[in-house]
Formats: sequence, structure tokens, C-alpha cells
Amino acid sequence: MEPKEYRQRVKRLEKPRPIVRNAFWAFVVGGTICLIGQLVQSGLMAIGYNQETVKAPTSIIMVFLGAVGTAFGFYDRIAKLGGMGANLPITGFSNAVVAPAMEFKQEGPIMGTGARIFQVAGPVIAYGLLAAFAVGIVRYAIMGFKP
Amino acid sequence: MSVETSREIRKRGHLRLDATLAEAATVVGPFEAQGPLGHLFDRVVQDELCGEQSYERAERCLMRGAVDLVLDRTGVSASDVDILFGGDLLDQITTTNFAGRDLGVPLVGVYSACATTSEALLLAGLAVTSGAADTVLAATASHHLSAERQYRYPLELGVQRVPTAQWTATGGAAFLLNRAERGAARLVAATVGSVQDYGLKDPSNMGAAMAPAAADTILRHLRARGQTSRDYDLILTGDLARSGLPLLEELLAEEREHPDHRLQDAGILLYAKAQDVHAGGSGAVCSALVLASLVLPRLRSGAMRRVLLVATGSLHSPRSYQQGETIPAVAHAVEMEAIT
Repeated sequence: MEPKEYRQRVKRLEKPRPIVRNAFWAFVVGGTICLIGQLVQSGLMAIGYNQETVKAPTSIIMVFLGAVGTAFGFYDRIAKLGGMGANLPITGFSNAVVAPAMEFKQEGPIMGTGARIFQVAGPVIAYGLLAAFAVGIVRYAIMGFKP
Repeated sequence: MSVETSREIRKRGHLRLDATLAEAATVVGPFEAQGPLGHLFDRVVQDELCGEQSYERAERCLMRGAVDLVLDRTGVSASDVDILFGGDLLDQITTTNFAGRDLGVPLVGVYSACATTSEALLLAGLAVTSGAADTVLAATASHHLSAERQYRYPLELGVQRVPTAQWTATGGAAFLLNRAERGAARLVAATVGSVQDYGLKDPSNMGAAMAPAAADTILRHLRARGQTSRDYDLILTGDLARSGLPLLEELLAEEREHPDHRLQDAGILLYAKAQDVHAGGSGAVCSALVLASLVLPRLRSGAMRRVLLVATGSLHSPRSYQQGETIPAVAHAVEMEAIT
């Protein structure tokens, strides 16, 4: 069999990903995380935060919950079920930073945790900054410099 | 890349062996002990860390444990071992080399990823056959969690595996070869694999990348020996898993070899479907565990007469994959028969 023909056969025989089941669980898991986020936000607003000031503490609390879930070893299980539903919310970002921080502890605080903590989240941060910079340039070009 | 003609395939890499596989020993992790072969393993470590500080150290503990056990069973002392051929999956084969530091035996480190089991057995068989050595060990180990750390993602990172992904087996296995009249089996021939690359790139479908290597080695071995697959009670591939085994069957069928139920895969045999290992097991120790626990007792009892072990290895590294390279693969075959 020629390699090209073989590759086509591999593709044909490959067991497809269970997309419908994955999408369902992504919806349930992602939705539950967002519901928790909403409850946190509503709770904070009930004790005096307003629509503007509530954003930062809500994010901080969700990041904390994601970190706790990672530290106690159950966030990866939630993500195995929920996929993107668990990766996309800010708790997933927290997981992406805390997991390598824990992982590389054995290689020491400098070359391990310090150097590798952004191994997974690094691209998001790097290209997030780049995108923000590009958007800033466009805004400047259209609207001129206004603080 | 061209497909070799039958005439070109003939004989290359074929070795005649005459060595006794005297004894084997296995040590496995708790998850492997829950599998269908769980009751057949010699020792089960109760936690994934094997009482050590890191998973890398735990992997060494598994290899040392298996070697100690096989020496213990045969009454051979470490100082009587001429050579240990050992290998594992970690960078610079640290498991083997660091275990060697503790074992104090002359050591040859070998690497061909998950084909290491048959590579080590083949070299050990060759050393005994040539008369250059009397007592030789072959050993491998792998650990699910140290392999995840090296090849994939941090352990606590939330990742969804794809259906073709495989599960690196946690365990250690050691084999003792010598010239004795009695033993578990006799190694009679081997075929050294040549590296095959059919241009596949997905490291979470290693079974598909390795199947052509297994087909090439099996066909060369059968032709050099003047056999067909029906001359075997079992042709045991290492870790093609559910993604690779059907492909191997197709490749063999093209050459009019239909081994049917005689063709089995260690990666499929090692775990139960309910253990959620996706396509099946993998890892350097995967084929060794199944050979030692399931196959050798049957060869010893005479329930099986002739077995071909074809451990398969996917030779990529995380770096070669990130640089967009395809996955080369290799398979080494070792033929063993019952001692009458």
C-alpha cells in the first residue's frame, strides 16, 4: 500500500470524536460554571457592589475557585467531561496556570514553577497582549489620541 | 518512499537465535492490577509513586523491582549477570541508567520507544546465542504519569483525550536469558525492524503510525523463515491498540496473510474497556507485561507452541512533533517456541 493510500485509509477508519455528546457536556459544564459565576456576582451586588465595581472581584473569586479545583485534583476530571465548557471560562485559565505550576514544582522554584508556570497559558497572554496592542493602534487611527 | 517488493523484503535483518528465556518477572501499578490480567502479575505496587518523591523515581523503582524479582526467582546474584539490556521512554533513558546505578550490573541502555522490549530481548538473545555471555537480563519500564509529563500535558491540566489516544502502562518487567535446558521458552529467531514512515503526524494516533512497521517486520520474518502466520499460535503486537490493529490486519491481508484470531495486541489485552483507556495501552512495558504474565506461562505449559512477539515503537519526540515532522516507527520481532 502506498503511504498516501494508507493515510486515506487511516482517516476513514479513525473513530470519530463523539461531537454531540461532547457538545452536550460542554454546555452543561460550561453553563454550570457560568451559573456559579452569576451567583457570585449577584451575591457581591447584594452586599453593595455596583455593575462596574463587581467585575474584578467576581473574576478574582472564579480564578480562586478554579485554582482550588486544580489543587485538589478535580478540575481535570471536570474538563475531561466538559472539554471547552471547562477550558473557556476564567476558571479554565486558572487551571492552565496552576496545573503547570504544580507540575514543575519538582524541578525547583526557579527553573521549574517559575520558568514553566505560563507554559500553557503563555500563548494566550502573549497574543492577547498583541491583539490589545493592534486594537489600540486601530482605535488611535480612527479616533485620535483621547484619554 | 516506495513500497518494497517481496524480493527485496526477503531475509534482511533476520537473525537465528538459540537462547533460553529462563524466567520473567513483572511489577505493575494499581491501575494495571485492576485490568483483566491483574491477577497474573507478580507484584503490585499500591501507590503510583512506589514510595518515592517523583514519578520518574517511581519508574526506576518499578524496573529495579522487576530485576530484583527475576534474580530472586532464579537464584542468580547480580554479580553473576554478564549484561543487562534495558530501556525506557524517558529522555536520556534515565530510568534504565539510574536503575543501573543501584543494580550494579554491566548495563547496555537501548531505546526504540515501545519496541524496546523486543529490542532488549533480541540483543540479550544474540549475546547468549553468540556464546559471548552466559547470563543476560532484558528489562523495560514505563510509567503513565512520567510519560504524560514528558510527552503530553501537566497532570492536573483539564484535557479531553481523543478516541485514538492510548494509555501508557505503569510497570516494570525483567527477563533472564541463559543456556539452560529448562525454562519458559526458547528464542529461536528474530527480525530487526527497519524504520517506516508513512507520513502520519498525529501523536494521539500512534497505532496508525506504527502498523506499517509491524507489517513490514512480520512479513520479512515470515518470508525469511519460510512460514505463514498460521504457523504461530500467537503473533503478539506491542501497542497498536484498537486504532492500529485493524490497519495491520489490512496491510497483512494485502500480502495474503490472514492470521485472524492468532493476531493479538498487548495494548488491547492489558486493560478492560471499562477502564476508559481509549484505544488501549501503550508504553515500553506494555508488551513485556503481557508476554511475561499471559504468554510465557502458556509456552511453559505447552499450551502454546510458537509465538512471535512484535513490539512496536513510535519514534517521535515532543520536539519533532512541534516542528511538524511526521512520525517514524519501528517494530522488532522475536520468535519463541515451547521447550519440549
